[in-house]
Amino acid sequence: MKEMKEVKKTKKSRFSIDIKYIPALAAMFLFIASYAIGGMLYGDRGFLTLRNFTSIFTDNAYLGVSAVGMTFVIISGGIDLSVGSVAALSTMLIAWCTAELNMDSRLVLGLVLALGTFMGFMMGVLIDKLKVPPFIATLIGMFLARGLCFLISIQSITINDPLLRTLGRWRIRLVQRPPAHINISVIIFAVVLVTGIVIMQYTKFGRGVYAFGGNRQSAMLMGLPTSRIQIGVYAFNGFCSALAGVLFAFYTFSGYGRHLYGMELDVISSVVIGGSLLSGGVGYPIGSLFGIMIHGVILKYISFNGKLSSWWTKIAVGVLLLLFIALQRFIVYVADRNKKILKEH
Amino acid sequence: MKNVRKITSSKTFPPLVALFGILLFNVFLNPGFLTITIVEGHFFGQLIDILNRAVPIMILGIGMTLVIATGGTDLSCGALLALSGAVAVSLIRGKSTILNPETETPFIIVILATLAVASLCGLWNGFLVAKIGIQPIVATLILMTAGRGIAQLITGARNLTTGYPPFSVIGQGWFLMFPVPVFIAAGVFLLVWFLVRKTAFGLFVEAVGINASAARYSGINATLVIMTVYMISGFCAGVAGLIYASNIMCADATNAGLNFELDAILAVVLGGTSMMGGRIYLGGTVIGALIIMALTKSIYAFDVAPESALVVKAAAVVMVVLIQSPLFQNFRGRVRACLPFGRRAGEGA
Repeated sequence: MKEMKEVKKTKKSRFSIDIKYIPALAAMFLFIASYAIGGMLYGDRGFLTLRNFTSIFTDNAYLGVSAVGMTFVIISGGIDLSVGSVAALSTMLIAWCTAELNMDSRLVLGLVLALGTFMGFMMGVLIDKLKVPPFIATLIGMFLARGLCFLISIQSITINDPLLRTLGRWRIRLVQRPPAHINISVIIFAVVLVTGIVIMQYTKFGRGVYAFGGNRQSAMLMGLPTSRIQIGVYAFNGFCSALAGVLFAFYTFSGYGRHLYGMELDVISSVVIGGSLLSGGVGYPIGSLFGIMIHGVILKYISFNGKLSSWWTKIAVGVLLLLFIALQRFIVYVADRNKKILKEH
Repeated sequence: MKNVRKITSSKTFPPLVALFGILLFNVFLNPGFLTITIVEGHFFGQLIDILNRAVPIMILGIGMTLVIATGGTDLSCGALLALSGAVAVSLIRGKSTILNPETETPFIIVILATLAVASLCGLWNGFLVAKIGIQPIVATLILMTAGRGIAQLITGARNLTTGYPPFSVIGQGWFLMFPVPVFIAAGVFLLVWFLVRKTAFGLFVEAVGINASAARYSGINATLVIMTVYMISGFCAGVAGLIYASNIMCADATNAGLNFELDAILAVVLGGTSMMGGRIYLGGTVIGALIIMALTKSIYAFDVAPESALVVKAAAVVMVVLIQSPLFQNFRGRVRACLPFGRRAGEGA
């Protein structure tokens, strides 16, 4: 026992940072590097201005909110394909309820968030109680939410509610020239992110998610409430998806069934690039933040260049995914080897 | 009685019943549903239309069945469908114009090159899964995002059209009074069925799906099996891509095969193959694809947006998933035990 501790110590001292942080750190460095390269290429056109920097957040806040929820799901060892559809359903419901039914917008917001949470909860029940694979259960949610959008209306509905308009337009100006600002979406994203980090690091539930994702058999034998954890994760993600939809409604002031098609892919790839392992048990919400920001910077490259087509985004994201997955595989390989060395001692 | 038992306990029986149920429902809505007329020497009718439209999903589903049987998933097949369409049409176009549709590339080369590109992409997926050990969902996610990007790179982000007559035969032609795509689907089905049921390959696939390391210890080259399976899925996507592109005579990199991977997975699951792997029900997958199309058809009979078909699809999957769930299986087992002719020996849930 004593020997083992010593071995562990020597290992620790050789790697000054714990190996499990590397993917998230790599994502951070990649973001900084890509931003710096962008600055070198397009610095003369204002790539490095505060305005450009904050716009990465204002443009991608809804993705970020969804990514926090997705991080939970992926750490728990699952996957959620329904996020884009649930978010689209939220925009649709907000628009329809305020424009056609003349409902109070505060009530509508509450209802939408509750509905998203409920859909996530139901998917969690399917997965946990009926042992439906997460892929299929959330596929059902995806179809259902998207279909409900079109049952409401196949047209795009404009949001004219005064309160929602005011909230969506509200912003804090940071610098006068060139105008840089943050809006309510960025603040909500920050709150969700901090909440996510606190839940994951400091609460029983969050630690349970790690344990469950790492090895559900052991988690069960340890007496953790695995059902509550698994269903809770999907319910939380449902809430995040609905909130992402609300932010997107603030961003576009419209509800439409074709909104956010394929958003789940952007979110999942950002979370993976941010260092969460799809096999579960490893990942950090803060890593997903960098995943989202890298995605945002790629989009910025394309808009600054002007000649590049948007399909380069897809290829770039694909290549990044490959790189990061290869890195993760390498880390798992090294960790396994270390374990073996420990065992031999 | 024994024969009846044999049929009803078959895995393909519930989807078959579901398909007949939906068709009956359609007849109820539209009495002329089953009529098939002969126009210009071809069969025409709703049933033929369902059959014809189900072909791309069916072919993708056949490849997907094998992938799912190994315990994996191929998310990239929709994107590969778009990619192979882009390859085919851009090869056909070469330097030719709409007014002068004669292609410079021999037609057979076009087809072979397209199928080769799709198979290579599938092989790449298999390489990532089997050699590098990446989870199937992530490994195929790479080509799912990048595949469409590459397709747009090939077409220059435009919808490339072509008017080359031989190419139109693949998706729009008729043969022996039936649409050509139906024959292509039948060909792919028979090919894979032969491979799975008449050679040891099917057994290997199922063994790998049940327990990859046990299969490895019993001398099966699991790496090779998994790579082959993904390559077959890529090949199927190539065939489906040719049919899809030929049907609209256009390479649409953005919308071709969008969400088809989900429909294909759905067809497989509806057909009774478990997502856990270890079982192959090719016939079930074909029926699953037909169910999806028949469902979509019946939605059109109502006065709602065609996109709302998704709600019905969701309901259908919930039903199938409930039937497959351990909870329901236990219940069914208990009911069976109470039946007068008793439980057959060795029959599990």
